[in-house]
Amino acid sequence: MASSVASKSAPMHEEVADPRFRGRRIQPLTIRLNHWLNVLFIVLMAGSGLEIFAAYPSLGPQGAKYGWYPWQGVAPPKWLTIGGWLAGARHWHFAIAWFLVLNGVIYLAYFFGRGEWRRRLFLPARDARNAIRMFGYYLRVLKTPPPVDFYNGLQRFAYSSVVIVITLQVLSGLAIYKPVQLDWLLTLFGGYDVARVIHLLGLVFIAMFVVTHVVLVLLHPRELLAMITGGKRG
Amino acid sequence: MAKIITRRRLLTGFAAASLLAGCDARHPVAGFLKSMLRFNERFEGLLFSPSRLAPEAPEKDLTPERAFPSYFIADTMPFPPAGWSLKVGGMIAHPGTFTLEQLKSMPRTDMRVRHHCVEGWSAVAAWHGLRLSELARAVGVDPRVRYVEFHSFDDDYWSSWDLGSALHPQTLLAYGMNGHDLHPDHGAPLRVYSAVKLGYKNVKYLTEINFLPTRTGGGYWEDQGYDWFAGV
Repeated sequence: MASSVASKSAPMHEEVADPRFRGRRIQPLTIRLNHWLNVLFIVLMAGSGLEIFAAYPSLGPQGAKYGWYPWQGVAPPKWLTIGGWLAGARHWHFAIAWFLVLNGVIYLAYFFGRGEWRRRLFLPARDARNAIRMFGYYLRVLKTPPPVDFYNGLQRFAYSSVVIVITLQVLSGLAIYKPVQLDWLLTLFGGYDVARVIHLLGLVFIAMFVVTHVVLVLLHPRELLAMITGGKRG
Repeated sequence: MAKIITRRRLLTGFAAASLLAGCDARHPVAGFLKSMLRFNERFEGLLFSPSRLAPEAPEKDLTPERAFPSYFIADTMPFPPAGWSLKVGGMIAHPGTFTLEQLKSMPRTDMRVRHHCVEGWSAVAAWHGLRLSELARAVGVDPRVRYVEFHSFDDDYWSSWDLGSALHPQTLLAYGMNGHDLHPDHGAPLRVYSAVKLGYKNVKYLTEINFLPTRTGGGYWEDQGYDWFAGV
C-alpha cells in the first residue's frame, strides 16, 4: 500500500516496523467483517432512528420544548427513514441494536485482545501533535504533512472518536428505551429529554464522520481496497 | 404560540402514512422482526423490576395541563354512560362491579411522575387513584392469573398487560389528575395510569378489567403492530 492521505512523501502503512503485526494484514478479516457489518447496521439504525424521531420531531418535554433548538416540529425527510411507520421503525431499531452491540463487542475484544489498539487507538501523548499538524495540513496552513506510521494522528482521533460515540449511542439509547428500569443510566445522561438530545447529537456526529470518511476514502481509493481485500501483510 | 398537536392527529397521520407505504397494519411484523420482537419482549420482562419505582418528579417539572397531549380513538370525545361502574372479572374470587364512590373509598395513592409516550415525548402530571394491586387484593386474584386486560368505552380501545406491571405500586386506577377529578379528555371517570408503561398501554375511559391466565390479543395499538410489553 503506497497510498497516502497526506502526500506521496509520507506513504501510509509503510512505516509499520512493529514486529507484533508481522504477517498480519493492514485490515485483518475480523476488522473487515466488523466494518462492513457496521455499515449495514448503522444505516439501518440511523434510518429507523430518524423514523422514530419523526413521530415527535421536537426536543424538550411537552409544554417546555427547548428554546435553543431552531427546528422544533420539523421532521426529517421521508427518504432518509426506514421502517415505514413508527411501530415498524421501532422494531427495526430494537432488533438491529442487538447486532450492532454484538458487532461492537467482537470488535473491542479483537481491538484489545490482539493488540490492534497499539496502531489504531488515539493516544494523546503520541498522536495529539500529529493530529493537529495533519489538520493544519488539510487546512493548507502547513505545507508538509506530519510523519505517518500506520495511521496519522487525525485518523486515529476520528476512528477512536466514532467508536466512543457509538458506545455512547448504545448507552443513551438504552437510557431512553428504559427510563425507569435503567434510571441510574438515565441520570448519568441528565434525564429523559436531555438523553434524547444526546442520542440525536450522536447521530449527527456519526453522520458527519461518515460523510468525511467517504469523501477521504474516495480520494484515496487504495484505502477502500484494503478494507475489502485486507491489503498487504506486515 | 406553539400549536398543540394532539396525539390523535399524529397517530391518524401514522396510520395514513403506513397505508401509503403499503404496510398492512394488521400483519406488519413477521419473520426476522417478529423473532426479534419476541426476544425483546423477554428482555423487557427480565429488565422489569416489580419494586423499582419511577422517581417522583419535582413540582417545577409539572407540564401545564393544556400542553399535556390527550387523545381518544372515537370520533367524538367519549363520555361515560349513565350509571357508569367498573366491571371486574376473570379468574378472581369475587367478580363484580365497583362504583366510583366505592373505588374512591379504597386507599388512595398520589404520584407525580414523568409520562413517556411511544412517540418520544415526555410530560409530567400528578395522578390520584388507587393502586391496581389494592383492587386485585380486594377481588382475590387466582394464582394462575398471568395477564390483565383493560377495556374502555372509547370505541374498542383496550390493552392487555403482564400481571407484574399491573401490580406495580405505581400502576393506578386513576380518578384524579393534577389535584382535580379526571377531565373527559384524559379519560374520565377512571383510567389506568402507570409509571412503568408507555402511554398507549394506559387505557382511559375504563369499563372493565379482567384477570386472565392467558391472553388472546394484545390491544388496540398492539394488534396493529406496536410492541405489547411497552415497558419503560
